[in-house]
Amino acid sequence: MKQLSFIDKIKKIKIDIRAYTLIFALIIIWLLFGSLTGGIFLSTRNFSNLLRQMTIISFLAIGMTPVIITGNIDLSVGSMTGFISIIAAYLQAILLPTFLPGLFPALSVELLGILSTMITIIICLLLGLLIGMGQGYIIAYGGVPAFIVTLGGMLILRGGLLAVAQGKTIIPIEDSLRLMAQGYLSKYPGIIIAIIAIIIIFLVTLQSRTKKTQYGLKIKPLSYDLVAASVFSALVLAFTFMMNSYRGIQIPVLIMAIIAILVTYLMNNTRFGRYIYAVGGNKEATKLSGINVQAVVLKTYALMGLLCGVSGIILTGYVAAGTTSGGMNYELSAIGGCVMGGTSLMGGIGTVFGALMGTLLMTSIENGMSVMNMSVFWQYIVKGSILILAVYADVTSRKNKSL
Amino acid sequence: MKDEIILRIENITKDFPGIRALSDVSFNIKKGDIHGLCGENGAGKSTLVKILAGVYPNNTYQGKIYFNEKELKFTSYSIEEAIKEGIATVYQEPVLVPQMTVGENIFLGREPEDKGMINWSKLFSDTKEILNKYNLGVPFFAKLSTLSVGQQQMVEIAKALSQEIKLLILDEPTSALTEAEVNYLMEMLKNLKENGVTCIYISHRLDEFFRIADNITVLRDGLVVDTVRTVDTTEEKVIAMMVGREMKKRFPIRDSKPGEKILEVKNLSVSAQNKMVIKDVSFDLKKGEILGIAGLMGSGRTELVTALFGEYGNQIDGEILLEGKSVKIRSAEDAIKYGISLVPEDRKEMGLVLIQEVYKNISLPNLRKFSSALSIDKYKELKECKKYADHLTIKTPSLFTITESLSGGNQQKVVIAKWLMSNPKILILDDPTRGIDVGTKYEIYNLINKLSENGVGIIMISSELEEVLGMSDRIMVMREGECAGILNRKDATQERIMALATNLKRSYRYN
Repeated sequence: MKQLSFIDKIKKIKIDIRAYTLIFALIIIWLLFGSLTGGIFLSTRNFSNLLRQMTIISFLAIGMTPVIITGNIDLSVGSMTGFISIIAAYLQAILLPTFLPGLFPALSVELLGILSTMITIIICLLLGLLIGMGQGYIIAYGGVPAFIVTLGGMLILRGGLLAVAQGKTIIPIEDSLRLMAQGYLSKYPGIIIAIIAIIIIFLVTLQSRTKKTQYGLKIKPLSYDLVAASVFSALVLAFTFMMNSYRGIQIPVLIMAIIAILVTYLMNNTRFGRYIYAVGGNKEATKLSGINVQAVVLKTYALMGLLCGVSGIILTGYVAAGTTSGGMNYELSAIGGCVMGGTSLMGGIGTVFGALMGTLLMTSIENGMSVMNMSVFWQYIVKGSILILAVYADVTSRKNKSL
Repeated sequence: MKDEIILRIENITKDFPGIRALSDVSFNIKKGDIHGLCGENGAGKSTLVKILAGVYPNNTYQGKIYFNEKELKFTSYSIEEAIKEGIATVYQEPVLVPQMTVGENIFLGREPEDKGMINWSKLFSDTKEILNKYNLGVPFFAKLSTLSVGQQQMVEIAKALSQEIKLLILDEPTSALTEAEVNYLMEMLKNLKENGVTCIYISHRLDEFFRIADNITVLRDGLVVDTVRTVDTTEEKVIAMMVGREMKKRFPIRDSKPGEKILEVKNLSVSAQNKMVIKDVSFDLKKGEILGIAGLMGSGRTELVTALFGEYGNQIDGEILLEGKSVKIRSAEDAIKYGISLVPEDRKEMGLVLIQEVYKNISLPNLRKFSSALSIDKYKELKECKKYADHLTIKTPSLFTITESLSGGNQQKVVIAKWLMSNPKILILDDPTRGIDVGTKYEIYNLINKLSENGVGIIMISSELEEVLGMSDRIMVMREGECAGILNRKDATQERIMALATNLKRSYRYN
């Protein structure tokens, strides 16, 4: 029983190396761009921009992770984001202003704006959820391959977008919605959130120790856990002070962090999450374990749709308009981010954290090249090459492991 | 000429990180012999085969191999080199293209050509010649997908023989075959021997060695225990060598006290793809009873149990009564809800999520036991999983080990553990000991007996007649989707079961 523990250790190290390679690659790319741009790339201002740039794609990459893990794909997310974005703009600029003031004559312009934003958010999220469920239903229960359904969805939603836009850019967008995508937390709320995060880190660490003792499982020395928790806390603090030294933590980045944590929790700590990995690992065995595989697949698409809703709302707020080209090619960036982050297209393997790191890497390359004023065509060529390279490296490392 | 040695294996040692798979292995194989190779799972048989087949190149192990007195030094990770030397391997699951015909498969990659085009008439006549020469009993124009596993194996053998093979390695060829197919394979191997082909024959079924092998080499924990002449030894002695101790009984003794009826199936019929796979089958099962199901492959035995497990949804007719109440089982979910568990035939495809950790596999159908809508109590989960892993003595470095890296027997224990945790009232096992070593088999038998003593109703399919006879209280024999008969333990013999399974009129041969 003991003789294999050595192999196990090696395997563990390998897994860690995989996670670290990406972070390592990220640091190298940052240093490279930093030196090429004479430090501009590494400035807090640019770093802040970089994070904001990745948010819209990151929602899609987070949602795409469970979809890919179950062995499916969603090509429609770019069009869906664009479609929901134009709907948000249409609601805010055209539809809601026609009757909201009539319904609530007593409200001030500012309050009416907030009301309009709230209604827009609810409608957009519901819309995303519904479209996602619709596609998921056809895939899971209709048995049509995901590639086809979402390819069709991509075209249909792009068509829908153009129909709503009628070739025009839709403005104006309420300030409250713009704030969601462009706003910053001021200094003290940022610090308060950081402190809350740190308290949670320590509480979770301690709680897991009590639980382990309760069930008689082995625990690591207290000092080890405390050091780990302190390192994470230090990172949170460093990030907060860094952001505060520019203009503060950005609201969309905060939304991204919260959603990433929620979905990570969902994937690791709930039955639904466990079933997602199981379906991707072996669909037949999962079905024979009494799990409703179709429902699991449907739910992953529902979640994907909901996150397309978030992405669409933030896109509208960020651009401060609804545009005809909104969300174009986002699906490719999102899938690229997931795959770079170690999500296997064969299914069964992947994490939200990896997808975020992958997205950050892709965005860094994009951002660095534009800071350097390189032509757009180079950005496409480099991004494409790096994607292929990353997956090649992944495939080779796996091949070596199996021997 | 008579005692000429074709293969000399000298001091082979092969290490994997943290484990020594083969340790100083040496033995000789005589030209024209059928040489048996046996040992428990993890004894090193597969590793040795992979070295001989060229999967592990020369620089990955220590020691020397001489084939016809020429040292073999394979350099790539492919079997091409070994085939060029005249060594071919046939594995338990045929690796062929199902959409192609027998001839196309045999000559895949080396089709006879005529001015850059495939010379089909030569391909087919060559195929016919090989099949006839060795009396392989497979129609040469048939598509692979229409053949049984046994016939596909014949095609694999024909493919090897068509390449002027001098040494044929058969790695557990019979574990997927039925009794009749095994008989046929045995005859065919004797025929090959007469034609001067040397064979290395690996199997978990010891009786096969005594039917065809000239010599047997026993491996245990990577070491050669001994090489003996078959005529000088007995099955018991070989088992003792394999497990390192004398094993008196193949099947543990059990006090059988069947209780009240727990399951009754009335006139069950199943149609799938416009074909009746199960026709009007009726039987019952009592608490604490072991009902064995025997039958040839394709007799409908697997379809019968998967139908009880909801595989065919609405396509079933007839009535299923659980503890006297009529129930509708339309999915695996329903079946589990009613307390039915199924250890499926193919653990890799249907039983396990191989890329996941052991504990996740054990808990997969049981997550509701330790989770609320919002969270899984991971620690409780681990504790429960550990309980079952210990109870079944699953040999794994930890519960966090990836299931794929366990041996076959331990993987099967993981499947059993996951269903034990669900506390079934009825446990269905579809060929649970297929490809599993003697020691682990015995443990599984013990476990099944213990469950039946605790009142669980057990349905067990087996491809090995001895196993069905050794374990069951009653034996149901399936034939062409029908129940050919149900025998009581005391009335059952191998001959009677085979007679029912084949309807006597049918010969054991193909076609």
